[in-house]
Amino acid sequence: MQQSDPSAQFGRSTVTLEVNGTTRVIEVEARTTLAQALRGPLGLTGTKIACDRGACGACTVWLDGSPVCSCMLLAVGVGHRQVTTIEGLATADELHPVQQAFIDEDAVQCGFCTPGMVMSCAALLNDQPDCQPDDVRAAISGNLCRCGTYPHVLAAMHRLRKDPAP
Amino acid sequence: MNAGDDSAGGPSDSPTRAEPFPYGILGVDLARIVRSIPADEPPPLAPNAELAIIGRSATRLDARDKVTGASRFTVDVGLPGMLHGRILRSRFAHARIRSIDASAALRAPGVRAVEVLAQPTAPHGSNASTVRYVGQPLAAVAADSLAAVEEALQRIEVDYEPLPFVVDLATARRPTAPPVYTADDAPRGSASGYPAPAGLPLHGNVRGPAIVDRGDVARGFADADVEVESDYATQVQTHCCLEPHAIVADWRADGLTVHVSTQYTSGVRHELAEAFGLPLAAVRVIAKAIGGGFGSKSTLGVYGRLAVGLSRQARAPVRIVLDREEEQIDAGNRPSTWQRLRLGARRDGTLTAVRLTSYGSAGVGLGAGVWSLAERLYPCANFLGEQHDVFTNAGAGCAMRGPGAVPGAWGMEQAVDELAERLGIDPLALRDRIDPSPVRREERRIGAQRSGWFERRPPAADPGPIKRGIGCAQSLWMTNVQLNAACEVRVHRDGSVEVFSGVQDIGTGTGTVMAQVVAEVLGLTPQAITVRIGDTRFPAGPPSYGSRTTASITPPARTAAWHVLQSLFREAAPLLDADPAALFAHEGRIGVRDDPARSIALAQAAARSRTDFVSAVASRADDYAGFDVRMGDAAIARQYLGGVQFATVAVDTETGIVRVERVVAVQDCGRPINPRLIESQVQGGVLMGMSFALFEERLLDRHTGHMVNANLEQYKLAGACETPDIEVIVLENYQANSATDAYGIAEPANIATAPAIANAVYNAIGVRLRSLPITPAAVLAALGKIPSRDAP
Repeated sequence: MQQSDPSAQFGRSTVTLEVNGTTRVIEVEARTTLAQALRGPLGLTGTKIACDRGACGACTVWLDGSPVCSCMLLAVGVGHRQVTTIEGLATADELHPVQQAFIDEDAVQCGFCTPGMVMSCAALLNDQPDCQPDDVRAAISGNLCRCGTYPHVLAAMHRLRKDPAP
Repeated sequence: MNAGDDSAGGPSDSPTRAEPFPYGILGVDLARIVRSIPADEPPPLAPNAELAIIGRSATRLDARDKVTGASRFTVDVGLPGMLHGRILRSRFAHARIRSIDASAALRAPGVRAVEVLAQPTAPHGSNASTVRYVGQPLAAVAADSLAAVEEALQRIEVDYEPLPFVVDLATARRPTAPPVYTADDAPRGSASGYPAPAGLPLHGNVRGPAIVDRGDVARGFADADVEVESDYATQVQTHCCLEPHAIVADWRADGLTVHVSTQYTSGVRHELAEAFGLPLAAVRVIAKAIGGGFGSKSTLGVYGRLAVGLSRQARAPVRIVLDREEEQIDAGNRPSTWQRLRLGARRDGTLTAVRLTSYGSAGVGLGAGVWSLAERLYPCANFLGEQHDVFTNAGAGCAMRGPGAVPGAWGMEQAVDELAERLGIDPLALRDRIDPSPVRREERRIGAQRSGWFERRPPAADPGPIKRGIGCAQSLWMTNVQLNAACEVRVHRDGSVEVFSGVQDIGTGTGTVMAQVVAEVLGLTPQAITVRIGDTRFPAGPPSYGSRTTASITPPARTAAWHVLQSLFREAAPLLDADPAALFAHEGRIGVRDDPARSIALAQAAARSRTDFVSAVASRADDYAGFDVRMGDAAIARQYLGGVQFATVAVDTETGIVRVERVVAVQDCGRPINPRLIESQVQGGVLMGMSFALFEERLLDRHTGHMVNANLEQYKLAGACETPDIEVIVLENYQANSATDAYGIAEPANIATAPAIANAVYNAIGVRLRSLPITPAAVLAALGKIPSRDAP
């Protein structure tokens, strides 16, 4: 059996990514998606791949603070934009308020959709601290959860909602 | 129990003692009952109101890992030198494989192993392998990268001889339909046990009937004052676990280690040992975090066997992760069903006869029945059930959340509503007459109050285009128990505690409820307990299916903790100058019951241990009252699980869109251990039931046999925007049957939802939809506004 580096034939590119505040340089094939790059060479497996075509939201990360499906972007196309993954949401000793609220309201069951769900909710809360339940529903309408955590996700976000200043 | 009758109880010669247990429904008839229990079982547990930890909503122990992305699912496992594997699948719905040549794949760059499943032995098709559905595995390749695997798969040459095929249930039933199997190669039994026991006749593609004949239905119908008869149908639903089926197989000279996304570590270990001729001691199965299962991850599967075969060949770890299309076409599904139900009743509602005929298709597999719900939910002296499996050229069905009971309730709970209307009796009042369960009676009473049932109006009462209605349906499920279930509890010299079992947590919170039970015994908090599960190196764990996990593993967890505590009491007794029997554990201390000022830290007692830790292992005892049925390692308790759900819907008669606005779910699971975790699961069951009722359907192209919506955007799942207000109420129903008296909830919560919605839609628009899913097109067709989809 001929043994050679099979990826050599497909061509590799050097990509520089800004991930969770750190500059990371990786070698990937041009066809590698951001989700694959995060989970593979970057070792950030908190980002999940469940449908691999932008339908389920399990791979949601932030690009310059906005939620995107990382399976729908090529790693080579990210450029200088800041990537934030679930691993970059909490500080060393403090959870993001959305993460704490998910724990308090049991807004997790199997947990596979949870990182994407948390990223969508946290982005909404940053943009719209007074978000109403329908805003939350819209923000997570692209995040599928087969266990059915939606009611508790809504409860978690209700807990965090700041009433608009009078 | 008669001497020698060992079918329902434990060994009769073991020492026993009599103890008074709480018994009955809290708020209804809670009393005491004296049970004779094995001498090594712990004393009765008081009702939840008197307990510190059990019955309280402890935080899920692994929640922090899940919200931070730290949880390690099988898809996240990477081992040094790990190869990637993928499967080559049939493009044809039915074909003879004339030849398959994988030699070019084996020579492809980076390829380390090739497994071929289809093995033609003769050049002209005789003895050739046959494939029977699109997506059936043919071969698998392992290579250094996924890209190399994809390249190699394309180099496998398969010569197919296409054969006629059939993918829909109605066509497959006809005598002229293309046969999926010959009489010799058709599956004979059913893994799930219904409807097809071994030895049933096969006519064309129809296996059956499996018959239950009790009393005299002809006489019963003759005695009836009224009859109703209708046909009900359900579609194929797929599990859609967010984490795909995944395995990392690591074959080594000293044994096989497998990381796998599974609902049953112990079961997979047995399958692997048998398939590969290994001693059980040489097989280790690990499942640390599992991204959903719902029945589809109950066994090893062909993909798992292929991964192990590739690893054995390559002498390197191999990971196979199914993609979403593979999940949809070859990872199991809830079979389609069609059933005809005929009920006869007297004017007062008393049932005189029930007749059920069903045909269902689990594709190339068996088990497409509607279970025994119609026979059991409302006892009737005269019952005739005839259930059939119909083979089609589609991926095999498997268990899915309340298998059989979901389509069973879809038919029976609508038929009972139709009977109530014919009799002019309120649907709940009819159920009060014909359902003997005191548990569901109380659930109906509570649900009616909470749901606004008493404001219910006649069908189609709203004058405008948006019409609202309310409907109710009931649930029935087996109270399953796995006896091959064990747990070890260790208290270390420093007072820290570890709990071990092979049992896995698929998202239900199994580890958390085990910690609660142990913490209650030892007088600690759940956070103080380290739970180590999901590994066959620990004592045997039960499966996470059949709603049996809590019922099976929490009693041994309590028993083991209680034995450890007795050891600690013996260490503490001299320090406290008291009899061990006079001690109790509370808030991290061991004290004297009659003189609570005298106490020491639990750790102080543990420090006196002769070895590093005090340990006890316990296994699941038989239910104290015996079982209804016992089959090897599995058993069913005497009282079944219930549940009643009420749905409020708004139907837009111009667009056909049904919105479920509110669901009230009143459920029971024996002693509830963690109300918030139970609420999570019930919400999930309701949502899966609503999604089944309104949105989901596997669509196969009858011209090609390919699934046309093998993804997550055209296979439609309910999302946040469709989520109704869901109120969950859980009874405390003490049965005095085990050390915790706790049972499962996952499946009962999924069984009543679809018929409750259908009954509500009928109440809203005055037209009954008896086929699923209730799409806008189906509603408009039922209203006569557009032609029916099935019209010629």
